[in-house]
Amino acid sequence: MYKVSADRIDELFAKIAAARTLYLPVDQNDGRAAYKEWSQGTKMSSQLNTVRSAKGFFFPQTTNLCDFNLKDKEIEVVDIRDESEDFVVFGVRACDARSFTILDKVFLAEPVDSYYATRREHGTVVTMACTEPEETCFCSVFGIDATAPEGDASCWCEGGDLYIRANTEKGEQFVSLISDMLTECDDTAVKAQQERVKDILSKLPFANVSTDYFEKNTLLDVFNSEKWAKLSESCLACGTCTFVCPTCQCYDIKDFDTGHGIKRYRTWDSCMYADFTKMAAANSRNTQMQRFRQRFMHKLVYFPDNNNGEYGCVGCGRCLVRCPISMNIVKVMKSFGEE
Amino acid sequence: MSVNTEFKPLIVAFCCNWCSYAGADLAGTNRLQYPADVKIIRVPCSCRVNPMFVLRAFQRGADGVILCGCHPGDCHYTSGNYFTRRRMALLFSMLDYMGIEKERTRVEWVSAAEGAKFAKTMNEFVETVTKLGENRRLEDLRCKKQS
Amino acid sequence: MQEAIIKRAKELLADGTVNRVVGWKAGDFAYDVTPAVFTSAEELDKDFLYNDFCAPNLSKYLIKESRKEGKVLVFLKPCDSYSFNQLLKEHRILRDNVYVIAIPCRGKVDIGTVRDSGIKGITDMECDGETLTIHTLYGDKTMSHADSLGDKCKTCKTKKHAACFDEMIGEEGEPNNDGKRFEMVEKLEAMTSEERFNFWRNELSKCIRCNACRNVCPACSCENCVFDNPASGIQQRAAVTSFEENMFHLIRAFHVAGRCTDCGECTRVCPQNIPLHLLNRKYIKDINEFYGEYQAGENFDERAPLNAYTFTDCEPDVVYKRGGNA
Repeated sequence: MYKVSADRIDELFAKIAAARTLYLPVDQNDGRAAYKEWSQGTKMSSQLNTVRSAKGFFFPQTTNLCDFNLKDKEIEVVDIRDESEDFVVFGVRACDARSFTILDKVFLAEPVDSYYATRREHGTVVTMACTEPEETCFCSVFGIDATAPEGDASCWCEGGDLYIRANTEKGEQFVSLISDMLTECDDTAVKAQQERVKDILSKLPFANVSTDYFEKNTLLDVFNSEKWAKLSESCLACGTCTFVCPTCQCYDIKDFDTGHGIKRYRTWDSCMYADFTKMAAANSRNTQMQRFRQRFMHKLVYFPDNNNGEYGCVGCGRCLVRCPISMNIVKVMKSFGEE
Repeated sequence: MSVNTEFKPLIVAFCCNWCSYAGADLAGTNRLQYPADVKIIRVPCSCRVNPMFVLRAFQRGADGVILCGCHPGDCHYTSGNYFTRRRMALLFSMLDYMGIEKERTRVEWVSAAEGAKFAKTMNEFVETVTKLGENRRLEDLRCKKQS
Repeated sequence: MQEAIIKRAKELLADGTVNRVVGWKAGDFAYDVTPAVFTSAEELDKDFLYNDFCAPNLSKYLIKESRKEGKVLVFLKPCDSYSFNQLLKEHRILRDNVYVIAIPCRGKVDIGTVRDSGIKGITDMECDGETLTIHTLYGDKTMSHADSLGDKCKTCKTKKHAACFDEMIGEEGEPNNDGKRFEMVEKLEAMTSEERFNFWRNELSKCIRCNACRNVCPACSCENCVFDNPASGIQQRAAVTSFEENMFHLIRAFHVAGRCTDCGECTRVCPQNIPLHLLNRKYIKDINEFYGEYQAGENFDERAPLNAYTFTDCEPDVVYKRGGNA
């Protein structure tokens, strides 16, 4: 473990940015945090989390896939990828860091999604331990330790110092970029912080939300439950939960006719939308109840069934904060747990 | 051979079938000059023009959009152009509010007998838009041809 | 107030006037209120809520609810009543199947506003009239009720209901004529064209196209939105370019122009904090200036400004003549 005085953080960022493109959470003019590229004078946000998750670094809301040009009677396919730039995402929280491993299971499984894989390869994730969790946090329910975030390297801010630990080879490379600013140290201060924050985490309102129901009941029991109708009755069918979610990974591929060619691109899609997975014949899910159920079944049943019990939720709480009608995965889990 | 780099705006003119399109025709038969960069789209009535038409013209590369219809009171469908008048007043005001140059949009009433007015209007409009330069604020980069 | 509302709801359920109630349901914290349908006295006692946190506008739910079996009871705040009346006017709600009770509102606490003031870990909130006490994981905080309001309530247009209710609980309020409603629109109008362009680029570039503004909007009640229609040529999942960001919001605002009652739900629900009501208010302000004062949803019989005309309407070039900054 290494440390550097937090007073020197601007110098540290400048050093990282000199070698790699650096992104970090920044307060926007409306006071809410978003990931932005660092430039001289950029201040890192002190807020717990950004409105949008960090998944966009690897799975952007829109990705241009390729272009088609018509030359006489030949169709020319142009690979327009240019992601070759190494970048660092700094200040990722434990929840978002875990979301990358969930996305990896989807996009890096065969057949590998090369767009995602390229971005993963070029990106270094540097996480920041949480010190002031919010009431909407429930990452511990999914076995995430907010005081010891994953990622290529992890950081802790404690007592005026920034502590850094490399977790992977990429993390080692990251540390070597700034090694002349770092001094080696023990982890006493970090341990103390972890103890303190763990105490807060254990007292969070949702610390003990249970996932037992989904482990003890079969897929069909959950699927056919009568609870879905009530839970989904006021859902607006917007995509807010999906688009702020760090683990939602569904997308749609579209072609855009530019007038002189075709641009094929993909965008995030939301299972909350009426035309999600609409096929030539019809739609497989016709009511909002079915669409609503799909989102939670995916996260709490289908995904764990296919991934050794790992849930497709990281408990970041974004959907709890942003849902226009305050319906969310915790209310769903609690409702099922009541039985 | 030198390449002419002088900016020539692309203008989309939505013309009502009954008055303005005939007005444009008259301008032609009278051999009145107006720039060839004015592309006329014939519509049954000026009120057929949905705000989306105006936006999509800009998206597809127009630098200025003009609607021409019958004079108020002369609509072939009695009242279509009265609706156009309200809609476009509001739409143009909103474009202006969003910082899109208001001079890029215009409504002009041109009757079937006003070939001269049609040519004059187009010449003026092209001149105004030429001064403004290329449409940047409401462009869609995907539709720009890479040169 | 809440007791009186629950009591009346139970009476109407018991005497068979209605068979269900659309209202607000308590969540885990004070602020996470969910619109819900209640069918029994027990459910009402357990979860029904009416307090300073019940911001959601319930009127749009009646499009579906009024088409189900039996009569439904709904509670409408002043701004919700305009939406309701507008929907009636557009034949979207079956009036005979709805029993409307008007209830007063003094402005709703907006959790976004409270959070954006820097208060973290909010586990509970209480409001004793003027002061909001906020219990957090990190100690108690206070805030004045006036400061905690969302944009929609800070510039409230009226506390008086539209005339569409069957009965009223509490006192009728008064229209608010403090002129604050168009303050921000005027401020924008006074900017230069470039400043306005930059303002809106900055705001609209945050849009993630979640469609929350559209789906919550009582005026957006199309069965199939043009932006969801693959045959429209402009179907979008996400805005790919700045043009698409502008187009969505421009067209949406235009489509509700003259029908938007200014309930402010679009801004309240926006996860990205985009002041969308400023687009709608611009249309409202222009309509008032060009065609005379008009409040959508106020009068059932009046024609909407974009469905009407006069021979002496101003010409579209009013936009250039009005002056303002280039």
